[in-house]
Amino acid sequence: MKKLRTKDAAITVVIWLCALLTVSGLLWLVIYIVANGLSHINLEFLLSEYKGDKHGILPMILSTCYIVLLSLAISAPIGIGAAIYLVEFTKPGRLLQIIRFATETLAGIPSIIYGLFGFIFFVNVLKFNFSLLSGALTLSIMVLPVIIRTTEETLKAVPLSYREGSLALGATKIQTIWKIILPSAIPGILTAVILSVGRIVGETAAVYLTAGMVTRFATSVMDSGRTLAVHLYMLAKEGLSFEQAFATATVLIVTVALINLLMTKTVGKIKKTMNSR
Amino acid sequence: MKKNYRTRATLVVLALCLVAVSFLTACGNAASDGQNAAEGTGLEGKISVIGSTSVQPLAQMLADEFNIKEPKVRIDIQGVGSTAGIKAINDSSCDIGMSSRELKEQEKNSKVQEHVIALDGIAIIVHPNNDVQNLSEEDIFKIFSGQITNWQELGGNDGEIIVVSREAGSGTRGAFEELLNLQKKEGDKTISLLIANALIAEGNGAVLANVAGKENAIGYMSLGMVDQTKVKKVAVNGVEATEQNIKDKKYSIARPLLMLTQAEPNQATKAYLDFILSAEGQKIVAEDYIPVN
Amino acid sequence: MLNKHCKSRIKKLRLNRFWEYIAERTLLLCASAAIVSVLIISVYIFYSGLPIFGKAGFREIVFGTEWKPLEGQFGILPMIIASIITTLGAVALAAFIGLMTAVFLAEIAPAGLAKIVRPAVELLAGIPSVVYGFFSLIVLVPLIDKYLGGGGNSLLAAVIILIMMVLPTIINIAESSLRAVPSEYKEGSLALGASQIQTIFKVQIPAAKSGIIAGIVLGMGRAIGETMAVILVIGNTPQIPTSLLDRARTLTSNIALEMSYAEGLHQEALFATGVVLFIFIMLLNIAVTFLFRKAGEGS
Repeated sequence: MKKLRTKDAAITVVIWLCALLTVSGLLWLVIYIVANGLSHINLEFLLSEYKGDKHGILPMILSTCYIVLLSLAISAPIGIGAAIYLVEFTKPGRLLQIIRFATETLAGIPSIIYGLFGFIFFVNVLKFNFSLLSGALTLSIMVLPVIIRTTEETLKAVPLSYREGSLALGATKIQTIWKIILPSAIPGILTAVILSVGRIVGETAAVYLTAGMVTRFATSVMDSGRTLAVHLYMLAKEGLSFEQAFATATVLIVTVALINLLMTKTVGKIKKTMNSR
Repeated sequence: MKKNYRTRATLVVLALCLVAVSFLTACGNAASDGQNAAEGTGLEGKISVIGSTSVQPLAQMLADEFNIKEPKVRIDIQGVGSTAGIKAINDSSCDIGMSSRELKEQEKNSKVQEHVIALDGIAIIVHPNNDVQNLSEEDIFKIFSGQITNWQELGGNDGEIIVVSREAGSGTRGAFEELLNLQKKEGDKTISLLIANALIAEGNGAVLANVAGKENAIGYMSLGMVDQTKVKKVAVNGVEATEQNIKDKKYSIARPLLMLTQAEPNQATKAYLDFILSAEGQKIVAEDYIPVN
Repeated sequence: MLNKHCKSRIKKLRLNRFWEYIAERTLLLCASAAIVSVLIISVYIFYSGLPIFGKAGFREIVFGTEWKPLEGQFGILPMIIASIITTLGAVALAAFIGLMTAVFLAEIAPAGLAKIVRPAVELLAGIPSVVYGFFSLIVLVPLIDKYLGGGGNSLLAAVIILIMMVLPTIINIAESSLRAVPSEYKEGSLALGASQIQTIFKVQIPAAKSGIIAGIVLGMGRAIGETMAVILVIGNTPQIPTSLLDRARTLTSNIALEMSYAEGLHQEALFATGVVLFIFIMLLNIAVTFLFRKAGEGS
């Protein structure tokens, strides 16, 4: 019995150590980068262009925003529509299985393959060249599974009684979806969107091969633009200014942390509204 | 109920249309960008420049300067490598191709014009702590082909040499291997003799970073981009890698930086090229590279 | 009068049905976007990558050891081996650490501590891969060079950074499958006199097995597909590695490194690299789907 107890204690220690290892790995990375980067971040760095002596990241921030908005404008309606179809219209069967398999596959394809595909299809075949549009189209396929899955989960969580009540009152199915189900699923859909934003902001390989790396302000969707993540890659690769690289990495980490925070907030809200029902 | 529903449906359709329209106008704008010269006498247009990562920073500097005079010409520069640049100009998918090596026979095309915009040396760089000051061309050949693997053999410290090279397709690598004869012919193929375990760095900056971070590393890069606070240039055959020595043809590892255009480039492209080859443009070239005239 | 009323009512219903039909079709279109995307991607990758297998020979590519694309040698065996080693190495270690952390989060950690650790894991998942790459280029590579020699750019550096990157995937899935184990199992085991640790390892983990394995396989997918972090630290030497300190090149870094440079056969060879990677990923995906289905049946 005593032997057992020491064995249990040893295993508990191992478990604590592993958790500690995970957290300390993260802390090491975050603290190292933020400590080195924070001192280089100032308004001039954030708000000036990248030209001549100026090494600001404003063009990259804007390009990142454009790509995020454009990708979401394409993939959010399609993804939400797909989730509605999957939850409200399909019965379990072949079609559902195929669509589900396709979504899983999309989720599993690595970003470099998306980049490769975007490079042949959007850049070369459709002649969009290196442009924000090519990048956004590629990314919108990439985040499609995230949006479909998350929205699907929230739609499933809407109580059946809502649907029954609405239908019993004579509303059509579309009316029910539009007026009853979607409004109560909005927080979940928001989560899906925020998740995709995080994914797009952090993406490098797929953007690098489709949106190019021009550091000028983009004025149309056919312009090439460099996102923050690509900028960090170029800085790291060129190895000329680690100060700027650290600062850019810090901006990226802070953005991701904010996105995570926002998500925890919306998820909390969903739980609250669900509970209050 | 129905009416309400219909309003919403209409709204959705409208929203969709809006998205579609904004897309089309955006695309349309981009397409007509170069054509509607609305105001002023200044030149307008978009120049797409693709190619060598060695030429890219120079082209960018020249473009920034050019833009001060002609603010309405938009110059997009993508550093993707010489081979890709040559290919792009050959299938007319850009206005200017950049190359940091001479064109191969099969790459030459009667419709494409070559313009030498600068000369550039390829510097051999080592870590600042490395004692080796001078290498003969033969030494360099032996290091990069793997016949010499320890700095001791060259009078340096005991340490295994880490060879840093560039990726296949790089103009700097192409020029370096050609100038040092680091290749052999086998039928119609040219085979690189580079040592198999060389570290492959993507871009001049990555070579610099790798050599700066490793005491036993050796690499080669565009002379104009060497940062002497981080790495040390090695003399070749006793000749320092300096602009004067390259001009005097004493330093042997040098190559031209090229811009390739169609036989009849459009106005904006022509103006940009003229600017580069003008005295003003060549002054900018002279800051880091060797001007051509 | 009545008749008229009925007619307008029927009309209304018909109109509704028409709208319903349009809406359903539109939604179906949305839902098939995923299928269409998968099809187009597969077709284009295979269409661009397969011809070279005919021209240069399947064996010469998949089992060839020399990658000299400008000279017509397209052997990608070194990349396949490097990809497999980094993936397996990283996942083996991450699986252990991840499972233990999941156990910690699900069973052992005091509620307050779990509230700190969980967001940390989420942040770990959200940090862009290029940040990981940059971090290990600046920190890990010099450390390895200093203490183990060989320049630092190595399989080892890639393995370490991949561990950090796949940890969140494994932790999240393992934790939720542990939580999905019915609490009766746990209660029963504890009631029979087993200790908490015994219950976790003899009852809960076996019950959550399929989910945990699915998480690990998903982690493998992430590791083998990772590009930007690996390309910065692995040295990119196309040679079969003989030790963990050797430089190597993975399938993904081969594509990202040379894609923008390549033309003609060289480009096709890179697409062929993509095809091989794609096949690996598809196999892993099928395994995941299968495992999750099994996990679904189990609970």
